[in-house]
Amino acid sequence: MNRHLLSSGDLSRDDAILVLDTAAEMDTTLAGRSIKKLPTLRGRTVVNLFFEDSTRTRTSFEVAAKRLSADVINFAAKGSSVSKGESLKDTALTLEAMGADAVVVRHGASGAPHRLAHWIRGSVINAGDGTHEHPTQALLDAYTMRKRLGHVDGLSVAVVGDVLHSRVARSNVLLLATLGADVTVVAPPTLLPVGMSSWPCQVSYDLDAVLPKADAVMMLRVQNERMNGGFFPTIREYSRRYGLDARRMAALPERSIVMHPGPMNRGVEIAAEVADSVRSTIVEQVANGVSVRMAVLYLLLGGPTDSDASLGEGEAR
Amino acid sequence: MPAARDRSGPEHARPVTGDPASARTVLDAADLSRALTRISHEIVERNHGAGDLVVLGIPTRGVPLARRIAGQIGGIEDRPVPVGALDTTMYRDDLRLRGVRALELTEIPPTGIDGKTVVLVDDVLFSGRTIRAALEALNDLGRPKAVRLAVLVDRGHRELPIRADYVGKNLPTSLTEAVHVQLAEYDGTDAVLVGPADLGRAASAGAADGTAR
Repeated sequence: MNRHLLSSGDLSRDDAILVLDTAAEMDTTLAGRSIKKLPTLRGRTVVNLFFEDSTRTRTSFEVAAKRLSADVINFAAKGSSVSKGESLKDTALTLEAMGADAVVVRHGASGAPHRLAHWIRGSVINAGDGTHEHPTQALLDAYTMRKRLGHVDGLSVAVVGDVLHSRVARSNVLLLATLGADVTVVAPPTLLPVGMSSWPCQVSYDLDAVLPKADAVMMLRVQNERMNGGFFPTIREYSRRYGLDARRMAALPERSIVMHPGPMNRGVEIAAEVADSVRSTIVEQVANGVSVRMAVLYLLLGGPTDSDASLGEGEAR
Repeated sequence: MPAARDRSGPEHARPVTGDPASARTVLDAADLSRALTRISHEIVERNHGAGDLVVLGIPTRGVPLARRIAGQIGGIEDRPVPVGALDTTMYRDDLRLRGVRALELTEIPPTGIDGKTVVLVDDVLFSGRTIRAALEALNDLGRPKAVRLAVLVDRGHRELPIRADYVGKNLPTSLTEAVHVQLAEYDGTDAVLVGPADLGRAASAGAADGTAR
């Protein structure tokens, strides 16, 4: 595995399975314990650098790092020198000078974590960049599927909704393809990015045709805040054609699960009764997010890093 | 994570490497079975029965040894003995020197360990660092009444003030040697071998458990 986690596409099948296996062991190790803490990352510093709003991802990374005994610094762009006009590079170099071993970054611009990775010595973990990627979300989705359905290989997965503005969709399609799942992206043509033919998945415009053979359905939020034009006539029409309601859920095979990365727009892409049904893994996904992020932090930071370079080879037993 | 590259999953069945011809057998299957039987009886004797016993194996090869010992104690005392596994990876002190390793199974019996006598089981006792990590892991899991240590082979060279309560065989070794424990569960046969250290493996991140140095 690389020093950074920037894209799901960078993960080999072995890397991805190592992360999922490690997350599973984290789960069993901490299950039922009163002290939910491991000493592994004591003395490491993790900086959460969030230029966009986030509740679950930032909190999830913070909990994960703290359970591994790392020191966590939360750095929100609001209230920092960024609002005084400091550039991404200068912010990064400042954090670097303070000795960050890992920077968890969320940024509105696609590719910002890649730039950051060239400027700092620590590990960079992409926690969402623009409409590009969100690899830890894909890992926790795959982990949820494996936990609920037993495996990912050979599953038929439908990713439904605003693919154009979704970093979750791209990361999931890349990772699920690596893990051997059969992915179909379902969206209105206006909400698909150009160049879909290079994605390792099929494309459909008809949700009802895809549902009867889907083992997992992943609903994506309609990202109104990223939309600057008319992508569909009305919310109501979108919901009728691409929303998951109880009638559509009934068309799913018996063991299928319904996933959503959150935050949900109830009544738009997913009906409230579906979100709260037994098939829904939405709350489980949040819990699994902590285990998966612990696994990622452990694998990236647990071994030797640049700050240990002074220890050298001579001391190795 | 440079060292994770060649460790793509839990290594449940790492084969014994090195030149088998140059390794000599120290315990054969019958010896190994007798050693475990003796350890089981000693545990029962010193614990005055199987009451409040919990047997925890340290992965990889400590786990089947723990199951066999718990099974034998259960047979002697005619009652089931709780048995589980305790992975020490997250508590190791050499992760930053050798790189991360895949995690192994942790399985604590539902009875828990509070107020119990925990018997830790490992295949080879060497530097004592794995046992230190296991003691720290136990500390986060609860408060046992007492912790005992049973090992199949004690090969010396301790780096910490740790000793075993129950030893299958004391085996004086040189640091240039490696002790390989083979168990039917993983290797198809029961045996303890001593041979020259496999240099390729000693240098790798996976060398820290009991089978090598």
